[in-house]
Amino acid sequence: MLSLTLKEVSLALREGRISPTELCKKCLNRIKKTQHLNAYITVTEELALKQAQQSETRLLQGVPKGPLDGIPFAVKDNFCTKDIKTTCASKMLKDYTPPYNATMVQKLLDQGAILMGKTNMDEFAMGAGSTDGTFGPVKNPWSYAAPYREQTGAVQDSDWVITGGSSGGSAAAVASLTSYLALGSDTGGSTRNPGALCGVVALKPTYGLLSRHGLIPLVNSMDVPGILTRSVNDAAIALGILQGLDVRDSTTVPAPSSLAELPENFDVKNICVGIPKEYHAPGLSEETLAQWSRVADLFERAGAQVKQVSLPHTQYSIVCYHVLCHAEVASNMARFDGLEYGHRSETDSSTEAMYASTRHEGFNDVVRGRILSGNYFLLKQNYQHYFVKAQKVRRLIADDFRNVFSSGVDVLLTPTTLADAACYQDFTQEDNRTRSAQEDVFTQPSNMAGLPAVSVPTALSRRGLPIGLQLVGPALHDKKLLSVAQWMEQRVGFPSISDSDYSRESRNDPRMTKREQTSAV
Amino acid sequence: MSAFSLAVSRTSCGVSPKIIRSTCKLLSNDGHSATNVEKKFHRRSCCILNVRRLYSSQPHHPKVPQQPTWEAVPEDQLPPPAQIPADLVDKLERLALVDFRTKQGLECLEKAIRFADQLHVVDTTGVEPMDSVLEDRALYLRGDTVKEGDCAEELLQLSKKTVEEYFVAPPGNIPLPRREERAAMLKHSEL
Repeated sequence: MLSLTLKEVSLALREGRISPTELCKKCLNRIKKTQHLNAYITVTEELALKQAQQSETRLLQGVPKGPLDGIPFAVKDNFCTKDIKTTCASKMLKDYTPPYNATMVQKLLDQGAILMGKTNMDEFAMGAGSTDGTFGPVKNPWSYAAPYREQTGAVQDSDWVITGGSSGGSAAAVASLTSYLALGSDTGGSTRNPGALCGVVALKPTYGLLSRHGLIPLVNSMDVPGILTRSVNDAAIALGILQGLDVRDSTTVPAPSSLAELPENFDVKNICVGIPKEYHAPGLSEETLAQWSRVADLFERAGAQVKQVSLPHTQYSIVCYHVLCHAEVASNMARFDGLEYGHRSETDSSTEAMYASTRHEGFNDVVRGRILSGNYFLLKQNYQHYFVKAQKVRRLIADDFRNVFSSGVDVLLTPTTLADAACYQDFTQEDNRTRSAQEDVFTQPSNMAGLPAVSVPTALSRRGLPIGLQLVGPALHDKKLLSVAQWMEQRVGFPSISDSDYSRESRNDPRMTKREQTSAV
Repeated sequence: MSAFSLAVSRTSCGVSPKIIRSTCKLLSNDGHSATNVEKKFHRRSCCILNVRRLYSSQPHHPKVPQQPTWEAVPEDQLPPPAQIPADLVDKLERLALVDFRTKQGLECLEKAIRFADQLHVVDTTGVEPMDSVLEDRALYLRGDTVKEGDCAEELLQLSKKTVEEYFVAPPGNIPLPRREERAAMLKHSEL
């Protein structure tokens, strides 16, 4: 039951094969069993059971609120949730309880969906590993799945691999079957990157299509809420419910269509798939390249036109992103001063001293580093040289996409990440800045240009870990993008983690000998 | 260690399903006994061989470039590295209201600037800066009327220090202490 898609479980609820309360309890139980993944910062057990009870009443009366009624979901801990802690995985907001719901959360609750909890992340969503939050790193569920254990002979607990980030908790929640849907956020790839590494569908919609009211801002000109699910159609269902104008967010745009479900048999014959040559970046793994090539082949054999295209400024996109991101971060983080909400230092010799101490105590090195470099790029003497220069390069990047899409290309097919997930021990050898520059290389260009992009799980690597590919479409063509993504999903044959034998979990069983562990992979 | 098992739940074709199927066969044999190890190991090596063959024999799609199409901008094309004098460090810390904490903090800034310097290789003559991807449309504006509010108490409750309906700050108009004193103050305030 837990490994069903959202659409399937929705039908099961409607047909009475399972009740919302039973389903909720199963998910809560699974959250307990997968606690070592550290996917959740807060589990809202009591509230979830209460909501499930209410949903049950509605379903019994035959008046569900919508297709999501009774469906467990998880939310990244940078979306405000009324009366539920919202920490951004930072000491700064460790005890912050918002008095309101983010629009995205409210829309799901209004549909009767059941909030299971708030998911772990990099502090203030700054990172690409989910390794830099104050509540500790998130572990990729595939670290404990048989293919990885089999292929690599990993037996040590320290062999676990990262989820990617910064929405790693949300991706892990969906991949480990504790929620059917999770909200992430995506500024430079923070939803698609962990989606690819955890083997789940990860959608970054067109900029402005989803409201950011109540999403704690990182980079206003790029932030979008992200959707993580186990199937492309599930992402389409969620998008249909979440999209549209919000009077509380002036940067929202009207939805182009009321997105119903995707066509079951989409024909790719009239589709032109662009392969941007610059997306073979230095460091792309041989296996990811092979998958990229294989899927290009699938499209071509099905009659789609596949052509190589050029986005000449791709290489500079990550540099441009780096400057704009740090500059906007410096501005956004100014709100955390200890006065009105969040952490406040005991230092009280002066207002300035209290501010400085509060921020020293509340932010980790990564956040402080970005605030400092952002302030550097914004200094009067550097403003034109770095910040305005980056804004100009941004236009060139957006124009590259515009040119390609106006030349008849419908979607771009690219890798999502350079390679499969790294071991935690290897990943943390490099600093956060270096990692972000490597990890976001294929994902941030679509944030720069505001385009919809989706990562689709494609295959398992030789190490038994997921590899994802990304599709990028023109602005507001999210539905067509997802239709192509679903076509691809139906043909790549990606396996999902099943819930049949979590009971064989032996991780914390001290009686288990080393030899048994080796054989019981 | 078996936390999960895998199940192929989708229709499949192409290369990876074969790999997956072999993985699943291995799985169906996870009988936990130590005597199985050798046999399983043997099977596993077959599987890895199989994987290699599949990857290397897959004809490469001609539209997907086989080699990287670019490399990092070479150092000699970049402007000379920026210097961060001590007074600039002090200025940044005052502006940002965060401190570099350690020498690594300063190195991190230098690296961030060096990374950003690659922008100067790009010719942007005559290009307008782009603030927002929504620049081509008028954004939604609501009517200039009060829609919600009256929540002062709710908001004040979020603050650590209030008196009546005021947020309370320590004494103002006192500049931050000089760098050394500041470091001592922050060290003292370490959580």
